[in-house]
Amino acid sequence: MIEMSGIHKSFGANHVLRGLDLSIPKGTSMVIIGGSGTGKSIALKCVLGLVKPDTGTITVDGQDARKGDRDAFLARFGMLFQGGALFDSLPVWQNVAFRLLRGSLKRPHDEARTIAIEKLRRVGLKEDVADRFPAELSGGMQKRVGLARAIAAEPEIIFFDEPTTGLDPIMSGVINDLIREIVVEMGATAMTITHDMTSVRAIADNIAMLHEGVIQWTGPVSDMDQSGNPYLDQFIQGKADGPIEAVR
Amino acid sequence: MGFLALIGRMVLSALAATGRIALFASETISHLVRPPFYGREFVSALFNIGWLSLPVVGLTAVFTGGALALQIYAGGSRFNAEAVVPQIVAVGMVRELGPVLVGLMIAARVTSSIAAEIATMKVTEQIDALVTLSTHPMKYLTVPRVLAAVLVVPLLVGVGDIIGIFGGYAVATGTLGFNPAGYIRNTVNFLEPLDVISSLTKGAVFGFAAALMGCYHGMNSGRGAMGVGHATKTAVEGAAILILASNFVLTGVFFTL
Repeated sequence: MIEMSGIHKSFGANHVLRGLDLSIPKGTSMVIIGGSGTGKSIALKCVLGLVKPDTGTITVDGQDARKGDRDAFLARFGMLFQGGALFDSLPVWQNVAFRLLRGSLKRPHDEARTIAIEKLRRVGLKEDVADRFPAELSGGMQKRVGLARAIAAEPEIIFFDEPTTGLDPIMSGVINDLIREIVVEMGATAMTITHDMTSVRAIADNIAMLHEGVIQWTGPVSDMDQSGNPYLDQFIQGKADGPIEAVR
Repeated sequence: MGFLALIGRMVLSALAATGRIALFASETISHLVRPPFYGREFVSALFNIGWLSLPVVGLTAVFTGGALALQIYAGGSRFNAEAVVPQIVAVGMVRELGPVLVGLMIAARVTSSIAAEIATMKVTEQIDALVTLSTHPMKYLTVPRVLAAVLVVPLLVGVGDIIGIFGGYAVATGTLGFNPAGYIRNTVNFLEPLDVISSLTKGAVFGFAAALMGCYHGMNSGRGAMGVGHATKTAVEGAAILILASNFVLTGVFFTL
């Protein structure tokens, strides 16, 4: 269970998060939606400690995210970044097996490579991709490699930051299906950030609508279309008119 | 009043930047002695900073040594002191030109490369990815590069000194009529151990400054292509100034105190 309570975060005069409260039950898939620049990525980075909240508490299974052994804490997480964030200087398999080649989860070189190739297969990539470099791959393949890296160490919690941004609709569908399958198969807790409504319907158990630094609505994805929440309705229907200003 | 306020702001800003760099340097040094250590990244940095810099260092040194011989010969001939070419080339290269020019070439080649690479990693979230993969960016990116530079730049300076002296020797014996054996004898006899020690020490300090500035500005890069460009430019400027300032201090320490 991930609990975020009263999270505030400002950058200068820009108050991005203004008291965000959110619970993500264990083993469920939460999707946070909201317009660009509403603080979705900041919320996610606060959980991982990449951004330090000004105030508020974050706990994971009751443990304060900012206390205790940081390596052990981060070892529970996998993350797919928006642009893939693959390491240009390493071949694909070493990107996937990065965590297995160093640190507390270190495995023998051959075993790490075998696991990397197995994970690449899991996301639909062939073995010959393993020795290529990220710059030689298409955007869709890079996302898959990023996904393989996120699941390589079989984490309990996986974060997906805009998993389908920049992909064509078919590749988006493939990535959405992969995410859903992997999360269900691994029994992981998932938190996804997106403004792609197709992804929301494919991936989510629950959704949370973030606007003006607070969660405006949260509930099961099945209730989304009948929420009666004006922010969520405007976002789902993609209307220019409504409580969310079109020009931000 | 406005002008004074502007000067005050600039001074405060410079002091704040100095403080941040000092903290970054002390954090880097503290990580040097604390595991984990990333051997592969260290070896890769040794190769990139040391081996791949050899051509540019060699060319810089050979042309500088040659030009120095010509200048000393031309200047010395005004008061019948042409014979001091071997001694002045040796001292000039080993004490000053070798370390400073190698340091500046390293700033141009290595600092810019480190800053651009790390800044791009920051912009593309690769540094965030390192953190989520339980890898400390300072340990993985900064420590191997700084350590490699501290160890390998003195060697480059040594090589630069030798090639620079050779450049002077080639010009002096090839076009100025110096006796080859006499040139080498005068060079060897005139150089003192302190000259070489100061040269190599300067190399280590310049290597530290060059790699540190590349890492610092890369890690603190702004967003987008402009951020990467600014980080690279500022890193090279900072490294060059640090190298020249520390050269002044070290020369004072070695030869006047």
